[in-house]
Amino acid sequence: MKNREVLLEVKNLKVEFGKGKSKFTAIDDVSFEIYKGETFGLVGESGSGKTTIGRAIMRLNEVTDGQILFHGKPINGKISKDWEREIIQKIQMIFQDPMASLNERAKVDYIISEGLINTKKYKNEKEREEKVRKALLAVGLLPEFASRFPHEFSGGQRQRIGIARSLVMEPEFIIADEPISALDVSIRAQVLNLLSSLQESNNLTYLFIAHDLSIVRFITDRTAVIYKGNIVELAETEKLFNNPLHPYTRALLSAVPEPNPFKERAKVVEIYDPSQHDYDRNPPSFVEVEEGHFVLANEEETARYREKISLGVS
Amino acid sequence: MGELQTKERVLSIQNLIIKFKLRGQVLTAIRDISLDLYKGECLAIVGESGSGKSVLVKSIMGLLDKNGYIDQGQILYQNMDLAQFTTEKDWLKIRGKEIAMVTQDPMTSLNPLKTIGKQIEECVVLHQGLKGKSAYEETLKLLRDVGIHDVEKRYKQYPHEFSGGMRQRIVIAIAIACNPKILICDEPTTALDVTIQAQILQLLTNLQKKYGLTTIFITHDLGVVAKVADCIAVMYAGDIIEVGKTEEVFFDGKHPYTWALISSLPQLGTKGDQLYSIKGTPPNLFKEVKGDAFAPRNQFALEIDFVERPPFFKVSETHYARTWLLDPRAPKVELPKALQAFFEEGRRLANEK
Repeated sequence: MKNREVLLEVKNLKVEFGKGKSKFTAIDDVSFEIYKGETFGLVGESGSGKTTIGRAIMRLNEVTDGQILFHGKPINGKISKDWEREIIQKIQMIFQDPMASLNERAKVDYIISEGLINTKKYKNEKEREEKVRKALLAVGLLPEFASRFPHEFSGGQRQRIGIARSLVMEPEFIIADEPISALDVSIRAQVLNLLSSLQESNNLTYLFIAHDLSIVRFITDRTAVIYKGNIVELAETEKLFNNPLHPYTRALLSAVPEPNPFKERAKVVEIYDPSQHDYDRNPPSFVEVEEGHFVLANEEETARYREKISLGVS
Repeated sequence: MGELQTKERVLSIQNLIIKFKLRGQVLTAIRDISLDLYKGECLAIVGESGSGKSVLVKSIMGLLDKNGYIDQGQILYQNMDLAQFTTEKDWLKIRGKEIAMVTQDPMTSLNPLKTIGKQIEECVVLHQGLKGKSAYEETLKLLRDVGIHDVEKRYKQYPHEFSGGMRQRIVIAIAIACNPKILICDEPTTALDVTIQAQILQLLTNLQKKYGLTTIFITHDLGVVAKVADCIAVMYAGDIIEVGKTEEVFFDGKHPYTWALISSLPQLGTKGDQLYSIKGTPPNLFKEVKGDAFAPRNQFALEIDFVERPPFFKVSETHYARTWLLDPRAPKVELPKALQAFFEEGRRLANEK
């Protein structure tokens, strides 16, 4: 893992909303790296700040403090016009609700090529049409669909259009914000499979934001758990699921209903109580307890977690 | 029916057909369904959107949209046939008092202009006939029952002062305020976070015991089903294709659609491989469905599946499935490896019990 190329780096990110008395810190001192070609999962409850991180990377939310680096160059705050144009193209987003994220009044052809038009990424009309055609085929839709309106499509097909819209820009990095939670169970698998085959063929890197942990476990390589604007644990996905250390991660994992009546009924749901930490006297930091496994913990907790790992119990 | 016969039947749906008139066309949303509900049990209805699970429970409550109608069949409840009900007056005897419902989205199902206390008390006054102080006391008791603290203060608050999970607790309090016999939960936790979902499911299970409720649970999340359900009915394209006890449907499912639903769970997938996905889309219900509705998407489909609708084949006293594969003349089929492993694990766990 160590020698892999870092594509995106978030350093001590802080995002605040509002001013003075109504100031609200949505993201507080968050740092992580995303390697090229991986799928990085970000999980947390609603209001935990996972979408805010995604939006900060997209330059949709202003960053109060800290840095976001793409290919080692900062992409937050004031940056040059050329660099901005480049990252607009290289970083794309897939949205949660395909019913709301497509312009109802525009034809699929325009929806997909809007980004191309804005960045003037084509020489002539023929090239633009060709690009739209390719994007549609890549997501498993027919090129004829370009002349239709979004309302003629089902939820799964609309999400494919949303994916085609980001693909046409030839991005390197895609932020997928709950891309399948609005879809039906049988359609979910289709879209998940599409996302992974596109990753392979187009050499994409994903930031996968979700609250459905069973899907996160299936699709991501590494996962970060976020709680109230702080990342509390970050590790390789299997490690995190098999050996969760932070009490919040444990509570979150135990709350996921398992589709197996015997296991589900025997399971004990843990409840996270933030007051169990003694952070007033002994403030926590984000420490690496074993290789690639980070936990938000103070010294006493770190020692406890390390002992747990050495004993090999979860 | 052995074990089940000793149980009291609360609700019985027989050969129900529900149609909708839509832009000059007729859509058959429920295609000849029969289903029994027994006292004290929790029945989960599983299926994808458009399979008709919501339409089915709406018909039990008389809440079908204006263009929908019961074409055929009976809904028997306490010597009454609910399918014959036509006026609101008829339905008011049933709705709330006998059968209550918890809906999906707690953000839209409460009145934003009234305090939550008043909204619960309204039901207490209407259905339990209490007044003044005693109605107030009963409301506070209900609030406590659904796990809300500091009830006197909370009584005076408006819905916007509550979080999603708390609002869903209030919706549940309103539903049980009427002392219903049957509680219908239509995707009650879909809009909630997992940690909150776990709490609400636990609450519903506790209330079911405490009030002796019979529950119908509509969901597409098999994890939720595993937690709450005693029995499962799997729906596809307006038909119940398999019904049985929870363990039976999970670990000894017989219908290819049940297999497909379980196989597409990410838990059964292998990382790096493609996840099992059901090809194609559900049938168009404007057209008449011939044979087994799932046949065009079914890799195990037999020729007869395209011609004749399969009857219910009996698997056990409690377990029935509508698939020709159970016919003695049908060929043996080999299940996908991941599914076989899942079934075996289930049987092993069953034996350990």
